[in-house]
Amino acid sequence: MFEDFIYVLGKYDTWLWRGFLLTIELLVISVTLGTLLAIPLAVARVSKKVWIQALPFAFIYVFRGTPLIGQLFMMYYGVGQLIANIDGIQDHWTWVYLRDPYWYCLLTFVLNTAAYVAEIMRGGIQNVPNGELEAARACGMSPWITYRRIIFPRMWQMIWPAYTNDVIFTLKATSLASTVTMMELTGAARKIVARTALPYEAFISAGVIYLIIVYTLTFGFKGIERYLRRSEQRKEPKTGKAKAASA
Amino acid sequence: MKNWIKVASAAAVGIALSASAASAAWDKVVVATEGAYPPFNMMDDNGNLIGFDVDFANKLCETANVECEIVAQDWDGMIPGLLAKKYDAIIAQMSITEERKRSIDFSDYYSNTPAVFVGKDGMSITAYKDGEVMEDALDGMVIGVQRSTTHANFLEDNFPGIEIRMYGTQDEALLDLTAGRVDATLADSGTLDAWVSSEEGEGYGFVSNQFAPSEWFGEGAGIGIRKEDQDLKEIFNKALAEMLENGSYDELNKKYFPAIDLHPN
Repeated sequence: MFEDFIYVLGKYDTWLWRGFLLTIELLVISVTLGTLLAIPLAVARVSKKVWIQALPFAFIYVFRGTPLIGQLFMMYYGVGQLIANIDGIQDHWTWVYLRDPYWYCLLTFVLNTAAYVAEIMRGGIQNVPNGELEAARACGMSPWITYRRIIFPRMWQMIWPAYTNDVIFTLKATSLASTVTMMELTGAARKIVARTALPYEAFISAGVIYLIIVYTLTFGFKGIERYLRRSEQRKEPKTGKAKAASA
Repeated sequence: MKNWIKVASAAAVGIALSASAASAAWDKVVVATEGAYPPFNMMDDNGNLIGFDVDFANKLCETANVECEIVAQDWDGMIPGLLAKKYDAIIAQMSITEERKRSIDFSDYYSNTPAVFVGKDGMSITAYKDGEVMEDALDGMVIGVQRSTTHANFLEDNFPGIEIRMYGTQDEALLDLTAGRVDATLADSGTLDAWVSSEEGEGYGFVSNQFAPSEWFGEGAGIGIRKEDQDLKEIFNKALAEMLENGSYDELNKKYFPAIDLHPN
């Protein structure tokens, strides 16, 4: 057993390393673009006008309501096939990119992350205390400035634990990329199993790498959370007193 | 009456045990196949397993006089599943290779079809000729192949200048071939022959010679079994020899591959 581990790690370390890099790449890009896309979606989602919130609602509903692997297959084999059947596309210079599974994977992950994060953000935005919004209006802040100075900072404070949870969820979701030929960490492990028929050694190695990534992420998130809650920590005794008084 | 059955079966078990402790242990054998490698093994519209491998497995068990249950298993998990005793045998066109023999054992080979490239009509590939690999013959191409296969290993070991896309099933590789996302795919000629002559395979054909260097492709497909189950291996080998002898193998061969000899001697 132990020698098999050394055998796997010694012989196939470059596969695991490359898989690790691709996993990180997919995660960072999906989360970054997904979060950026989620902000306008969430803002539109909380709009009181039906025609503004209808589209993001439908988008979020569909992407949260269907399994990710189905979305991935729809995108890669469905949309991909449609694009491939466009006349002359295969001779066009963009074909090099359009045939590559990477972009279909990335797009699916970005949209999926955007849907989940937008829904988390919606909750955050709606939970900003009304008094703070009234105060902002009383100070003459425009809606945009209210969002920037009051709503978004408050929102981040509130949603951070749920948001970080979603990042970790996305990390694990990237393992599905191996089903459409991407050689990320899980794909690399599967390839090693194919070569060596040593499933435990390969998957435990990959699993340990995932654990290290999650641990590192959690550690970083904790630091950011402390930063986001810095104001709260200072005020804590006061609000405690206020609460006691009002009760 | 009941007593009579009890006595008879006890006697039968006793005889079986004394004759060979093994055969009594294999009243029922669970056989795994993939179900995504037509026409060797696939699912019909109702989700039932059909195909050459399935018919072969049934006939083999009938000949060996053991009861068999056939289950589907993803290709990736084929060997791990066998080792984990989810089933007792693999009949899924698994080539007998040295690498696989490190973890499992095989029966004698029951079919042997060479490898071939499939691509758009008019394409021409010479990747292996006269016992030699043409390392740069595929440079710059994107080749689709099923993960965990001898074909995947062959490509990976020999052609540094290509991009290899690995799929969970051969069906997916063919889907991407028709979408133009891979330039060609490598698999065994039996399954590809069925595909190029089907409707989906229109406009595609064999674009290389057929080859099967044993260094990568082993000695044909065998029935995979756990190393400790030597008795089962013997049962299967005996039944296989009988099927080859009495013509029932030929019948199956002709049913699925009128033009190919699956068991060249």
